[in-house]
Amino acid sequence: MGMTNHGSQITQGTFSFLPDLTDEEIKSQIEYCLSQGWAVNVEFTDDPHPRNTYWEMWGMPMFDMKDPAAILYEVNECRKAFPKHYIRVTGFDSTQGWETPRLSFIVNRPTDEEPGYRLIRTEDQGRTIRYTIQPYVTQDKPEGERYG
Amino acid sequence: MAKEGQISDPKERYKSGVIPYKKMGYWEPDYEPKDTDIICCFRITPQKGVDAEEAAAAVAGESSTATWTVVWTDRLTACELYRAKAYRVDPVPNTGEGTNQDAQWFAYIAYDIDLFEAGSIANLTASIIGNVFGFKALKALRLEDMRMPTAYLKTFSGPPTGIVVERERLDKFGRPLLGATTKPKLGLSGRNYGRVVYEALKGGLDFVKDDENINSQPFMHWRDRFLYCMEAVNRAEAATGEVKGHYLNVTAATMEDMYERAEFAKELGSVIIMIDLIVGYTAIQSMAKWARRNNMILHLHRAGHGTYTRQKTHGVSFRVISKWMRMAGVDHIHAGTVVGKLEGDPNMIAGYYDTLTKTHVPQNLQNGIFFDQDWASLNKTMPVASGGIHAGQMHQLLHYLGEDVVLQFGGGTIGHPMGIQAGATANRVALEAMVKARNEGKDIMEEGPDVLNKEAKWCTPLKQALDTWKDISFNYESTDTADFIPETTASS
Repeated sequence: MGMTNHGSQITQGTFSFLPDLTDEEIKSQIEYCLSQGWAVNVEFTDDPHPRNTYWEMWGMPMFDMKDPAAILYEVNECRKAFPKHYIRVTGFDSTQGWETPRLSFIVNRPTDEEPGYRLIRTEDQGRTIRYTIQPYVTQDKPEGERYG
Repeated sequence: MAKEGQISDPKERYKSGVIPYKKMGYWEPDYEPKDTDIICCFRITPQKGVDAEEAAAAVAGESSTATWTVVWTDRLTACELYRAKAYRVDPVPNTGEGTNQDAQWFAYIAYDIDLFEAGSIANLTASIIGNVFGFKALKALRLEDMRMPTAYLKTFSGPPTGIVVERERLDKFGRPLLGATTKPKLGLSGRNYGRVVYEALKGGLDFVKDDENINSQPFMHWRDRFLYCMEAVNRAEAATGEVKGHYLNVTAATMEDMYERAEFAKELGSVIIMIDLIVGYTAIQSMAKWARRNNMILHLHRAGHGTYTRQKTHGVSFRVISKWMRMAGVDHIHAGTVVGKLEGDPNMIAGYYDTLTKTHVPQNLQNGIFFDQDWASLNKTMPVASGGIHAGQMHQLLHYLGEDVVLQFGGGTIGHPMGIQAGATANRVALEAMVKARNEGKDIMEEGPDVLNKEAKWCTPLKQALDTWKDISFNYESTDTADFIPETTASS
């Protein structure tokens, strides 16, 4: 048995509670990013820890790419190269006061049965507990071999 | 240059006795505010027989250097500089003769920056809303708005985290955040309380929150609450792979107690703590400083504000409170829902939200914004919408409140017929679907209900939420609205 939450999957990203987005729907969100003047980039990882900030970049953010179909093509190339990874599409806003991602959603999952996380409790004094969260897949498998 | 009203002969001016404020130099109609001046717009309701200019001058006087009688010691100071200057009064539309309301005016008063201590809300407010609100010559007085100069803003640290860094820290982009207040707000034991937190977070909320009056009562000691809540937060993170949080309310009787509770929250790994507005401006600034030092998001519940923000003629507008709180340095503040159970005219609330979240807020009289306000790169404060809202209103919430807001569904999560997890899931699905639809270019105010119904076909919790609360709305007239007629007051 995998995860027991909604969708039995990790729910990082803007649209994780919805059914997987179709290519057409992904393109539509890319169009939205471009209409806002954001640069789109594609990233992948097989370490789903919630504080794993730096996913691997599928090339540079596409600052000068204004064609949503071409960006979707890159998404699909990344999917072909890394089908057993999480892949996310991020819209990055460089305007003053933001300079940060404004939209970020998962477009590929490595498996239908995501195993989830181990919660490690270390008892400390005064009933305090130190918590550590570890994705089961990162326990003893190196990068690139985690989802078979 | 002889100023209208002011006595120019110093011997006359400083003769012992009582003279009108206007003649003392607190009314200067030709004054042009300096870029470094702090400017206030007050709504004044003078007593019968007191003219508006004299009343405005009196407010300027009583909130700066004046006392009731002439004192020669003024002449030992650069008193011309330190006197606040009332420079403009506009009649408030639909008040005075021919209406059923006492005549009211918007009075504009400029204060030199040297009247105030750097970085101190306590000092600023001790002048601006100090004695003057009890002044007998006025029937009522309301502080409507303030223009803070960049020079003064730069003496404040502002929100310790801000919207941008909060989102980066939580790894949540592109949508409003979701929260809930644990209910019932009083009476749960620590163990039962944590159950609500766990269910709501696992179901899909980002945050759960203590209510404003949960501190350390006989039914639940604060340490117990903190321990059980952090168990719930960590369990939910492991169950979802997402960063989660619970606003641990550290409000207490003394600063020592508050620091002790905040330190414990930090030790347990909480990402956020909470305080109430009633702790006071100095305590808020102290906690902001603590939060900045400890990488903590600071949530503020505006408990008590309704006692002075709600009535139009007397008190302090919430847009001013919003400004002070962004300066004092809170990361979250409750700022209204438009559609929920608590007071809130849509235009007024848009004004509060802009004040909290924008880098530059232009004058917008319809939204109650009297002045252009540049925020001088102070971090942004995340507004929180809480009180009587539910999934069926998601299109309205996104339309009115935008993306940078925490939507808090307390009853709308915990009161779900299939339980708390289902309630949280309904809210999250409704939210993500609405953001997706908006991004796709749909007119959500028009098509929102269809968007929700479509998702409800596959998401049973959402269907149940829509069925349970479909007809619930709170349509009462707002008491605090803009008094503004475009053709007469829009010029400045």
